[in-house]
Amino acid sequence: MPSVDTTKRTVLGVRPDPSIDVPESKVALRKVRRSDIYSVLGSLAASLALTGLIFTTLTPFNGAIGFFVVWFVSFVVFYALLTSFDEDAQAVRDRIAGVVIRTLAAIVVGVLVFVIVFTAGKGWEVLVNANFFTQDMSDAGPLDPLIVGGIIHAVVGTLIEIAIALAIVIPLGLAVAVYLTEIPSKFSRIVRTIVEAMTALPSIVAGLFIYATLIMILTKQQSGFAAAMAIGIMMLPIIIRSADVALRLVPGTLKEASYALGSSQWSTVRYVTLPTAKSGLATSIILGTARGIGETSPVLLCAGFTAAMNWNPFEGPMISLPLAVFEFVKSPEPTMIARGFGTAVVLLGLVLVMFVIARYFGGKGPGALSKGQLKARQRHSARDLERITAANEQSTSMSSDRKAQ
Amino acid sequence: MTIVAPSGPKGDLDGADSDVPMAITINRGRQDNVFRTLAISAGIVVLVIMGMVGVFLALRGAQALGVAGWGFITTQSWEPDGGNFGIAAVLVGTLLIALVAICVAIPLAIGMALFISEYARGWLKSTLVSLVDLMAAVPSVIYGLWGFFFLQGQMVPIARWISTYFGWIPLFAVDGADPTDPLSTATVYTSSTFIAGIVVGFMVMPIISSVMREVFSQAPVGEREGAYALGATRWGMIRTVVLPFGRGGMIGGTMLGLGRAMGETIAVFMIISIVFYIQPHLLQNGASSVSSLIALRYGESTALGLSALMAAGLALFLLTLVVNFFASIVVSRSRSGASSDA
Repeated sequence: MPSVDTTKRTVLGVRPDPSIDVPESKVALRKVRRSDIYSVLGSLAASLALTGLIFTTLTPFNGAIGFFVVWFVSFVVFYALLTSFDEDAQAVRDRIAGVVIRTLAAIVVGVLVFVIVFTAGKGWEVLVNANFFTQDMSDAGPLDPLIVGGIIHAVVGTLIEIAIALAIVIPLGLAVAVYLTEIPSKFSRIVRTIVEAMTALPSIVAGLFIYATLIMILTKQQSGFAAAMAIGIMMLPIIIRSADVALRLVPGTLKEASYALGSSQWSTVRYVTLPTAKSGLATSIILGTARGIGETSPVLLCAGFTAAMNWNPFEGPMISLPLAVFEFVKSPEPTMIARGFGTAVVLLGLVLVMFVIARYFGGKGPGALSKGQLKARQRHSARDLERITAANEQSTSMSSDRKAQ
Repeated sequence: MTIVAPSGPKGDLDGADSDVPMAITINRGRQDNVFRTLAISAGIVVLVIMGMVGVFLALRGAQALGVAGWGFITTQSWEPDGGNFGIAAVLVGTLLIALVAICVAIPLAIGMALFISEYARGWLKSTLVSLVDLMAAVPSVIYGLWGFFFLQGQMVPIARWISTYFGWIPLFAVDGADPTDPLSTATVYTSSTFIAGIVVGFMVMPIISSVMREVFSQAPVGEREGAYALGATRWGMIRTVVLPFGRGGMIGGTMLGLGRAMGETIAVFMIISIVFYIQPHLLQNGASSVSSLIALRYGESTALGLSALMAAGLALFLLTLVVNFFASIVVSRSRSGASSDA
């Protein structure tokens, strides 16, 4: 055998003898190893201990937020140190970035949950009194206990104002959204740009505009109608923009199929585009309404303040829920502040309910059907099929009859 | 829609200039004409309403602008009846609050957007998307309540700490605070730009985060997998693919948030105690913003006072309009894939 340079030879691994039955071992697909968990737990414990030591013995630090900041920083340091024992620098950076990003996300969720829980917790003592939902504040002075007075006038005011605003905004907003998607032109691009820029219209400026025009020039008094107008101006760009997005998601093939069948533009919009985008449009309206209900500053300028019930949106001040919250907590009396938190819970509940409804509608893509709708469609198709088959059979039998003759 | 194509040019078919384009006339039905007219007029109505907001504020504010002249931009105090008023203080206050808000919101928004687009999977992902949207829908008065009754108390020790150790930076200095006196009152640290800015930051975070999440999730799959194939860690992939690709959206989203932050009224109004001089000390009691000025003074004003408020409102309106306009340009550019080669 000639001498072969063994360093350059390809060495094949030993093939296992197929006659011997070696039990296959499962390959672990989990990315988390045991040492990863240990290093997290270890650095958590170490950083907690160090922070406790700093705050109790070493320095005069105090305060919950400071504690968490110090704890977090020391945790990151310990964790980086522990990871660096058995990983390279790349992996250490990856771990630290993961920790920081997860923490930031957790802070955001924590803040949201805390805002809601804090409001609900403070408002709870008011909400257990039934009179809070059935009375207005006209009989309740600042020193009266919580068993007197309520916010029914604010609830009614909010509902009237938002109803007037929606009665104007929904037709106008949807018409503009349809215009932007169905009749594209240079002018429609200008409208779209302006509408997009106006979504950031400060709500106080919308209020100021109505105050300067409607109230100062025409009616000379604050009213629910003026507040509804201000809310409407603020909601209009928001609703147009999201409805525009929803309409643009309608597949072009559907519209083209409709045109190919010879239908006019209006029938295509009426029977194809709008029904297909129904859930998206509903979501945009509901989310816009949620924003409108919660706006305080336009209402502050335009609606005025009253403690009594007012059913007439055109005459006299009319209070709404966010404004009631604002006016209640301006008072130094603890019972009034408690009422403010109670009102805030009602407002928050209203927004949450609308949000959940919007998510229920908006969870589906354009044209997607619910289970019930799908079944109805299937029944309809089955009936059509039956009808067509029956008609076919009839015509064949008729033609065969004719042949027989 | 019926398209009627008239028959081609008659007569000299073999003439040299017979190749003229056919005139196509579109003969829409009456229904369609009504529909198109209505839709176009709706567009015009909205444009007119939006234009009127600016025009009316300018008309009503013209009187005050005429009285104050250029001093409107440089004067700090607000005494319209004495003829001595300007928006220098409130405008700077607005920008400072917006600046603090953006500083709070950006890291949170980036973290949340990256977590949703890169780390979360399945139900967690969709739940978090909904939660961020919900956060945008929570009324501002509720953030105001939270900021005034809870956050303020928590933030005072932190403000004290920052001003004690970083007071040599002018922004963090606090007049009248004595760090050596443990019994000194905490009120110098309340109702400050800092606290208002933090609350506004939480309010504008969702809009920034949702724009960022959208552009992050549009980062091309091929380049992501390429980075992984070259042995990148998840963070390495984010740093080299997702963040550069989403840069335009990050800038645009931040500007959108900035526009929102400048216009925010009620939460700021509840927290700050308004002052009419330029207050550069972020941590100190006393701050100002244009929207709080309007909310504070709209009722008690005379004709000239009201006109001055309109002029201030106009300034705020133009400022947010410009910021938001550029933001939407940046965002739409980044969505069209213009930055994919970055």
